Amino acid sequence: MTSQVSSPAEQADGAGGAVVGGQRTPGSPDGKEVRRLDRVIIRFAGDSGDGMQLTGDRFTSETASFGNDLSTLPNFPAEIRAPAGTLPGVSSFQLHFADHDILTPGDAPNVLVAMNPAALKANIADVPRGAEIIVNTDEFTKRPMAKVGYETSPLEDGSLAAYNLHPVPLTTLTVEALKDFGLSRKEAERSKNMFALGLLSWMYHRPTEATESFLRQKFAKKPEIAEANIVAFRAGWNFGETTEDFAVSYEVAPATKAFPTGTYRNISGNLALSYGLIAASQQADLPLYLGSYPITPASDILHELSKHKNFGVRTFQAEDEIAGIGAALGAAFGGALGVTTTSGPGVALKSETIGLAVSLELPLLIVDIQRGGPSTGLPTKTEQADLLQAMYGRNGEAPVPIVAPRTPADCFDAALDAARIALTYRTPVFLLSDGYLANGSEPWRIPEVADLPDLKVKFAAATNHTLADGTEVFWPYKRDPETLARPWAVPGTPGLEHRIGGIEKQDGTGNISYDPANHDFMVRTRQAKIDGIEVPELDVDDPDGATTLVLGWGSTYGPITAAVRRVRGAGLPVAQAHLRHLNPFPRNLGEVLERYEKVVVPEMNLGQLATLIRAKYLVDAQSYNQVNGMPFKAEQLAKVLKEAIDD
Amino acid sequence: MTEVTEATDGARTLLSLVPKAESKQSMKDFKSDQEVRWCPGCGDYAVLAAVQGFMPELGLAKENIVFVSGIGCSSRFPYYMNTYGMHSIHGRAPAIATGLATSRRDLSVWVVTGDGDALSIGGNHLIHALRRNVNLKILLFNNRIYGLTKGQYSPTSEVGKITKSTPMGSLDAPFNPVSLAIGAEASFVARTVDSDRKHLTEVLRQAADHQGTALVEIYQNCNIFNDGAFEVLKDKDQAREAVIRLEQGRPIRFGADDEKGVVRNQATGDLEVVDVTPANEDQVLVHDARTASPTTAFALSRLADPDTLHRTPIGVFRSVERPVYDTLMADQLDAAIDRSGKGDLGALLNGNDTWTVVG
Repeated sequence: MTSQVSSPAEQADGAGGAVVGGQRTPGSPDGKEVRRLDRVIIRFAGDSGDGMQLTGDRFTSETASFGNDLSTLPNFPAEIRAPAGTLPGVSSFQLHFADHDILTPGDAPNVLVAMNPAALKANIADVPRGAEIIVNTDEFTKRPMAKVGYETSPLEDGSLAAYNLHPVPLTTLTVEALKDFGLSRKEAERSKNMFALGLLSWMYHRPTEATESFLRQKFAKKPEIAEANIVAFRAGWNFGETTEDFAVSYEVAPATKAFPTGTYRNISGNLALSYGLIAASQQADLPLYLGSYPITPASDILHELSKHKNFGVRTFQAEDEIAGIGAALGAAFGGALGVTTTSGPGVALKSETIGLAVSLELPLLIVDIQRGGPSTGLPTKTEQADLLQAMYGRNGEAPVPIVAPRTPADCFDAALDAARIALTYRTPVFLLSDGYLANGSEPWRIPEVADLPDLKVKFAAATNHTLADGTEVFWPYKRDPETLARPWAVPGTPGLEHRIGGIEKQDGTGNISYDPANHDFMVRTRQAKIDGIEVPELDVDDPDGATTLVLGWGSTYGPITAAVRRVRGAGLPVAQAHLRHLNPFPRNLGEVLERYEKVVVPEMNLGQLATLIRAKYLVDAQSYNQVNGMPFKAEQLAKVLKEAIDD
Repeated sequence: MTEVTEATDGARTLLSLVPKAESKQSMKDFKSDQEVRWCPGCGDYAVLAAVQGFMPELGLAKENIVFVSGIGCSSRFPYYMNTYGMHSIHGRAPAIATGLATSRRDLSVWVVTGDGDALSIGGNHLIHALRRNVNLKILLFNNRIYGLTKGQYSPTSEVGKITKSTPMGSLDAPFNPVSLAIGAEASFVARTVDSDRKHLTEVLRQAADHQGTALVEIYQNCNIFNDGAFEVLKDKDQAREAVIRLEQGRPIRFGADDEKGVVRNQATGDLEVVDVTPANEDQVLVHDARTASPTTAFALSRLADPDTLHRTPIGVFRSVERPVYDTLMADQLDAAIDRSGKGDLGALLNGNDTWTVVG
């Protein structure tokens, strides 16, 4: 959520241990106690093959349609199926939902669902005392426990005494519920995630119809499997309702006040980005052409766009990263909105073509869903360490604008903005998202199509220059004096035949030129064009006249904002600003930085934005860095900010 | 081998997507105002003249013709054509041209590349363009040397080539571009020689008519760094023994008096050259580039001696119809619209799972 509304609960975002804000409301239909909560953080954890991502997705959809604000954090290994029951094979999905606006998936879960010993062991350190832990006792046998180093059962040796432990034989109960289906035990066991989802759906009063219809649709070709999953899902719900062990269920009211009026849906960053690209193509009235090579965590954009051919979207799965961007650039030469999607290693391979696009001055979007690096790094984990690669990672002086979304839903607007810059200024543009935004989700207020920006462009249609002898000619590098953009004359336009290339060109004519003064002029002109791009001024949120500014960019917006709320809640003034445009920077950035005694820059890298602003503005910015593949925790950032203010 | 099927649209239909010229064109219309800057005596001049001379014959609107090149001497070619053009980066022309051709079926897209550009740094893009059968005409200027970087051996240089980078002789076995293209599922593969304008033009004509990717290897002399590399094919006396002209539907015979012929060895299935006698005359292979199987075309491509270039076939090795990538891609877009209707942005953004907040 981008709303600035602060609430007391957000200030305590994940700080406490157990479920906060409990309030008794007796008289539920099943006679059990119902408590009202203002927010809950649940983490589903299991083996990579246990279907935890699907379980989390379904719970998220139920929660979204119920009207809570929410934020999610999927976390999974790069291996498709790591050895079963091992710590590296654990996959988890954390969901934070509330009756007010929230900004992060939460620091620490109030509820952990552990499908096996490995899931318990891998996650227990994050779970505060007093939290609820639901474990699948069927998996707590000797071998699976020994595999992760449990010598005695943590369910029996008292090591979980500080938690509110619910031992549930999830597998046995699921198999029992499905005994009439004639499935093998192995097949029946697969539905245990749906049993767990049913149980949690009961605990938190989630609507269930959508999940049932989802299962029917997903297994449309195997109706008996669909039915088995639905039966397991209902059995989980009924188990919660009847068993003594679950004496309490919880209500989290819809977050009606947190949301402005409108129609909402839940959306992940990669989906929002895909829709943003389609919207940009429609608003520009140009066909969308995606040239891409599969790479985590960007592939979902290729998958999504390939579903929308009825929008005239062409998706080309190339032989490699270089061909992906090459095809996109070729399509751009032909008048398409060319896009390539990738992650850091792919950007490295595309660098030379990005340089060519800088030289050709054609519009092109390069979408980089950043992940842990260097090299292959951590493919499924998040990081912001490609900023300097996007900024400088090419030979020669090759400036490229950079736009970075701040939340999953913001990927939609950021894609439109990147397209605006590319089309207006005839330049490649970097869109820097990351794994956290890509896979995380939040409610999105669906925009009206009529309110989307007009991105229409005019192709060159006629000659634009008169030679001394009076001849009318077309000069491909004769620039618009305002934007410094060159004309976009697409093949098929009679009379404007021209040749462009990566060799230095003469100003105006575009003919090959090795003239020293011309090269100096062209280098400076290309730089001036990027420097002159119109971007909105930087907003500063500073209600209390603070002396410390926290400056962030990209996906750290949620954790930084949550931390700022906490700091202010503790009575300390702090100012916050968040950059969407990293190149060029907003024009007022220097002036903003000068206003503050201290500038703190938290980043999921070793200080790349800090390096840029120190160099450009000679500001002694303090870096705070984390590169552990995970987003910042609000509590940790709040501590850092307090220390900086007190320092 | 991909199954060869009747193509969904005939050559006429595909070419007809490209607008016709409104008036008669001449060679002059295709010459740009740029001074040609190849070394005097370079084989590239001959190819440029042949292409400029041949283009009017196509009768296509010249604004709908695009030349895309990579890096190397031959890749300067687009600057000299008065059409749309892009001089891109080393090896990537097939990838860039693929994006252009697959998004603009109303264009006639030509790729100009060399042996280093296409077979070394850009080898990957070349083979994938060929297997996809994108509607591209690829002119591969093969001079068996790196010219622009001043004379290192190339991926088509003969083993033991003494160059600046290989003072004791090159170690790597060369590619045979025709064999490579056939192995990469190319639907049209031909070879010609820079100095034989008539043959070159005839091959270009067939390549232009072909739907899908056409690869034309052009033996081209670099008179600075590899002069005379193809002399054996050009010298009148030697050429009779060295050159095997492939002509559709004709027996494959060569030699001063057509005394030699290509036959299939019944035991191994391989092709071999024999002296033609009345007894074996009817066994001489009749050239058929349109046969579905690539086996014979491949065997023909192996006849030449890579060192001496004796028994080098020139002409069209393979010309088969199979579905064109651009057409298939466009068909999918049409099918998606037939199935779901033209995309409605509002409906897409809304999806199926929404909730409403009222003030």
